[in-house]
Amino acid sequence: MKVEAKLDFQTSTAPKTGADLLIDLLINEGVDTLFGYPGGAVLPIYDAIYRARGNIKHVLFRHEQGSIHAAEGYARITGKPGVVIATSGPGATNLVTGITDAMMDSLPLVIFTGQVARGVIGTDAFQEADVMAITTPITKHNYQVQDISDLPRIVKEAFHIASTGRPGPVLIDIPKDISAGELTQIPEEGAIHLPGYQPTTKPNPLQIKKLADAITKSKKPVILSGAGVLHGKASTELTAFAEKHKIPVVTTLLGLGTFPANNPLSLGMGGMHGTYTANMAIYETDLLINIGARFDDRLTGNLKHFAPNAKVAHIDIDPAEIGKNVPTNIPIVSDSKEALIELINQTAESPDTEGWLETLNKYKEEFPLWYKHDPNGMSPQWLIEAIHKVTNGEAVVTTDVGQHQMWAAQYYNFEKPHRWVTSGGLGTMGFGFPAAIGAQMASPGSTVVAIVGDAGFQMTLQELSVIYEQNLPVKIIIVNNGALGMVRQWQELLHGNRISESILHSQPDFVKLAESYHIRGLKIESQEELITKLPEVFAYDGPVLMDCRVLQQEKVFPMIAPGKGIHEMIGVKPS
Amino acid sequence: MKRIISLTVQDRSGVLNRVTGLLQRRQFNISSISVGPTETEGISKMTLVVEVEDEQRLEQVTKQLNKQIDVLKVSDITDKAIVARELALIKVAGSSQLRSEINGIIDPFRALIIDVSKDSLTIQITGRPDKIDALIDLLRPYGIKEIARTGLTAFLRGHQPQVNELTTYSQIK
Repeated sequence: MKVEAKLDFQTSTAPKTGADLLIDLLINEGVDTLFGYPGGAVLPIYDAIYRARGNIKHVLFRHEQGSIHAAEGYARITGKPGVVIATSGPGATNLVTGITDAMMDSLPLVIFTGQVARGVIGTDAFQEADVMAITTPITKHNYQVQDISDLPRIVKEAFHIASTGRPGPVLIDIPKDISAGELTQIPEEGAIHLPGYQPTTKPNPLQIKKLADAITKSKKPVILSGAGVLHGKASTELTAFAEKHKIPVVTTLLGLGTFPANNPLSLGMGGMHGTYTANMAIYETDLLINIGARFDDRLTGNLKHFAPNAKVAHIDIDPAEIGKNVPTNIPIVSDSKEALIELINQTAESPDTEGWLETLNKYKEEFPLWYKHDPNGMSPQWLIEAIHKVTNGEAVVTTDVGQHQMWAAQYYNFEKPHRWVTSGGLGTMGFGFPAAIGAQMASPGSTVVAIVGDAGFQMTLQELSVIYEQNLPVKIIIVNNGALGMVRQWQELLHGNRISESILHSQPDFVKLAESYHIRGLKIESQEELITKLPEVFAYDGPVLMDCRVLQQEKVFPMIAPGKGIHEMIGVKPS
Repeated sequence: MKRIISLTVQDRSGVLNRVTGLLQRRQFNISSISVGPTETEGISKMTLVVEVEDEQRLEQVTKQLNKQIDVLKVSDITDKAIVARELALIKVAGSSQLRSEINGIIDPFRALIIDVSKDSLTIQITGRPDKIDALIDLLRPYGIKEIARTGLTAFLRGHQPQVNELTTYSQIK
């Protein structure tokens, strides 16, 4: 592949180093923002960033984990790789959670880590860690630069690998003597040479025909829409396809927003805390069309009871996902958009799904999501609904993992894609707030709300400095129940109510904490207070932290208990 | 079931770690692994013998290996017409008086004595793993001091028979 990149060196008299070359390569890749933290082994790179200031923006976080989650938020919103820089040793190991998170949720990242000089690699030098070995299982690919002249090719390949096929994180480890090394000549332009990497993006027409025939013959078809529809930017096509054949749509947790929640064909989210209707549709369907989901165990429940009567079709760009967990009758390796366009163009007759939709509508009426209103306190579900209302359902919402995440997924009805930023596969506490920073930088005009738990927020709250420095109007909603809510819920339901180490007996004064970071803070203890304050908070053009005290005992329902089948939900109705 | 998987890989630092790490992470058991250069510079061949429970797991392992950027080609050659060889060195206790007796045992296996010392003999054998196992069993009564095996290496025969059912050619059970 020919690459037409021009290496434009800034006209300065300083000697050109490997680091200067690196920054030029990043600018050529269209990188506008670097999420990073300096240190010894990346000093030459930071020197080059200093020289290139004005041409590329660097945002200084307060912990490497914050920087990488922000890069994930940025990648989720833009679809472009988030670029992270960290130093060797502890800088690199502090990225590990974020790299794994991006790997699990298929987010494109290009990560640069410093490394000790080539001459001392392997000697347990100061701040040396075997970053290549540590990150091999958690990256899509990784490189250690051994020669300055390889840099243009490696950078080009890294961006290509991260953002094509099934996206994922790619790490480049750069020894200090490479970044500090003087360029004796301008290296040749990078050309991609990846004979072992050729993702299939176009569907096999015979398989498409097979699926079209199966649709015609089906009586109870269901579409399962996952994050692959986001990566393929195929939401419009998905809606057209579902509406053409009147096929109902279940979305996964990460697939929220791929299909409008208010469309009559939408059954909502499936899985452990999905809707009864979505899960029963999967249980009863005779044709399950999975588009870009990976049949995660939190979706499927006990595999024995998952879609027991269905023919399974699976469209995925990653062939290894097809047949991994669920035997598949019609495998289609393809980009989601390409496959959907081909499917829409098929002339196959639509099935008669009227009776099927009627059944599902009855489930919707009889078993809607529910929660109890308590006059003495604020229900967390109500809180989410209030946020939905004040933001017209148009905000970018980020979360950590746990109860607040499930309530946000259940009650913030996403109408559009690329507005939901959550840690799905890895389930990372402390993800939501820094991810909101990256999302806000990616989309300065959007309202960005970080809905976080009181426990998760305390894992990465030091990034409050960043929203102040960058003047990012992120709204932080702490769904504060004074506990690791989901852990407590499982202890209540599954561990004999033995509440072991899941209550946070002491908490900071979040309002004062915010104020000490020069950010407005509010404590909200009742529904009335929230209703009064919320419009003003969202009208304010700056960051605000709201410590919202919610009912402590509230649990997420309905629920598929671990080991149970998708049809065995508990808490489907008020008790 | 044991399967022979042949991999063509880029000869880059860390590629062996990528392959073995992946197998460990996905809980596949490696019986043997052998690596070496090929006729093309920069390209290596790996032969893996792995223990897999069923067809679905086998499909998973080949797909996961294929996903590695440095892996160019993955094929399960177990049921193809292949040539497959392993080399083993076996050090047996015993003085030179035993030499003729041992020679009598190893001769039908076309093995060789390649080193003799005061109190030991070293035998070299090349063949399929079951043949090597058989010889080791026969030599055990003499007191085996040390064994070193290379692991299986294999590729397709020059000519593949045009039949649908090839399982009879299976080299290992």
